Amino acid sequence: MPGQTLYDKLWAAHVVREQEDGTCLIYIDRHLVHEVTSPQAFSGLRLAGRKPWRAGANVAVVDHNVPTIDRAHGIADPVARVQVQTLDRNCRQFGILEFGMSDPRQGIVHVIGPEQGLVLPGMTVVCGDSHTSTLGALGAFAQGIGTSEVEHVLATQCLLQRKAKNMRVEYFGVMPRGVTAKDLVLAWIGRIGTAGATGHTVEFCGEPVVGLSLEGRMTMCNMAIEAGARAGLVAVDEKTIEYVRGRPFAPAGALWERAAQEWRRLRTDDDAVFDRTVRLDVGAVAPQVTWGTSPEMVLPIDACVPDPAQEPDPIRRQGIIRALAYMGLTPGTALSDISIDKVFIGSCTNARIEDLRAAAEVVHGRRVASRVKLAMVVPGSGLVKSEAEREGLDRIFRDAGFEWREPGCSMCLAMNADRLEPRERCAATSNRNFEGRQGQGGRTHLVSPAMAAAAAIAGHFVDIRTFT
Amino acid sequence: MRVFSQVTGIVAPLDRANVDTDAIIPKQFLKSVERTGFGPNLFDEWRYLDRGEPGQDARGRTENKDFLLNRAPYREATILLARDNFGCGSSREHAPWALLDFGFRAVIAPSFADIFYSNSLKNGLLPVVLPTSQVDALFDACGRELGFQVTVDLQAQTVGPVSGAHFAFSVDPFRRQCLLQGLDDIDLTLQYKEDILAYERRRRVAAPWLFQ
Repeated sequence: MPGQTLYDKLWAAHVVREQEDGTCLIYIDRHLVHEVTSPQAFSGLRLAGRKPWRAGANVAVVDHNVPTIDRAHGIADPVARVQVQTLDRNCRQFGILEFGMSDPRQGIVHVIGPEQGLVLPGMTVVCGDSHTSTLGALGAFAQGIGTSEVEHVLATQCLLQRKAKNMRVEYFGVMPRGVTAKDLVLAWIGRIGTAGATGHTVEFCGEPVVGLSLEGRMTMCNMAIEAGARAGLVAVDEKTIEYVRGRPFAPAGALWERAAQEWRRLRTDDDAVFDRTVRLDVGAVAPQVTWGTSPEMVLPIDACVPDPAQEPDPIRRQGIIRALAYMGLTPGTALSDISIDKVFIGSCTNARIEDLRAAAEVVHGRRVASRVKLAMVVPGSGLVKSEAEREGLDRIFRDAGFEWREPGCSMCLAMNADRLEPRERCAATSNRNFEGRQGQGGRTHLVSPAMAAAAAIAGHFVDIRTFT
Repeated sequence: MRVFSQVTGIVAPLDRANVDTDAIIPKQFLKSVERTGFGPNLFDEWRYLDRGEPGQDARGRTENKDFLLNRAPYREATILLARDNFGCGSSREHAPWALLDFGFRAVIAPSFADIFYSNSLKNGLLPVVLPTSQVDALFDACGRELGFQVTVDLQAQTVGPVSGAHFAFSVDPFRRQCLLQGLDDIDLTLQYKEDILAYERRRRVAAPWLFQ
């Protein structure tokens, strides 16, 4: 019998019961909850007279709807306020731990999960949010679910599903200067497409991935969903264990030693078989910029906007034509000639401390270009924000003309007041460049934190490898 | 859950690949704490020329006359036809809720994003996967005949015009049974309460740190 992949191992350890047709009941160790996808689930629970199966397995936080300025005045938008208050009330009623808007630990759900030690290697983790895949960076099987499943997990601590296939994404070669985890994952999505990993759980591996910090690995797993993957994973190593050590909700003492020993086994066996393998030479990866309205519409910074006439497939050609019209771009334009109106450094993809350090290093001692109407930094959590302030990063950003905001999802999906106006063009460190994602008519280009920072200074996209 | 057995209706041909859930129902409408009322804002940014806000009366808004669902007879369509990777992006279940609230009961496409597919099945919105060539044939039929209708039959697992050739599709047998009978997942799972408790007892011994 061949060996097991990391996903096989995580899956096998959580099967409560398997039906004859292969549908499994799998146990969920951690359920993270936020205000947008949970109210209808709690209502359903109440309507059926049910209670959470294990209240302690759930942790909630407000992130999507919270303002990033003037928090002392509460939430101005009455509809958003009701949704946040609804989560507060549901958590009180059902005995669920919540980090409310004024809690210093509040932040983006996928940032605070690992930060607090609420997500541990070997866990099954769910959240009513597609970017739950972020948490696979710790060697946990983490997936996004819909509201019906949120209710199902609340009521039963389980999920009904079939096992996905295994995909290995193996990076090799030497990481060039200026290339980051964001570029590695965008290059992969560009290669296989936004549906390329549908039906698969993806394990990112190879020396360049091992060389990344846990935060870089989170950036990669975060965007696994943008290729359609069920989940993203990175094997546990000593870096993972050191990352988890001492976190508030991580085990301690004798239990820590036992857990860490167990976690060291969370890796794919040498003789395991994957359904599909994709190999990428990082030496050939340049800093990436998306030009269209899907994350697969991505190119290296030294490329030009593509010409739809060169695309043989008629459906794809139509897609390119529509994307260029929406983005207001002309075929053949150098990506480095595209000017920007706004800059957003934030989101569950790139708002951790290392991301802010990388951006600050570029910004240090410079000024945001006069044509840029707004450049904002939205830290991923209250603790990221206070650490950045301790290091003086906030001063670097403010001195350059950036706005320094309170933590939340902010302009990644623009549910709060932070958004693009029609036709405004934004360099964003987030994860989706869909039509309207950052505001109706807004034009999003996805880049790494350093590339976003450099674009803010130059007023247009620039190659970070030669930016001085 | 809402039962699905058979639906006959007008097919709306939305000739796009990678239709994402942000397009299906934009973020500002996700502030609602209800499951209903999303129909008027389905495809909001494609359907209207002004910016939609939650709670506003759709009757006073400016429609985009070019958009498919603003044209007769597609306002009455109950089956949506689309291209690859329908429902990609965000996990928002508001997407199937909005499609159902508008009046759609089934979506036909060559492929769907996983989370959207699963969310749809749990709400009685039937996602039908057909090979690209058959989807092409349905698009052609929509082009030839205004108001082209098909019957989607989950019992027989076929889709096709009232008279003419039908295409076979398949849905996971367990999910099919749930849809045909309108079964509630939570009730089904709670039948195995003892299995869950037994699992928890084993795990508490093997990995006690998970239960701190």
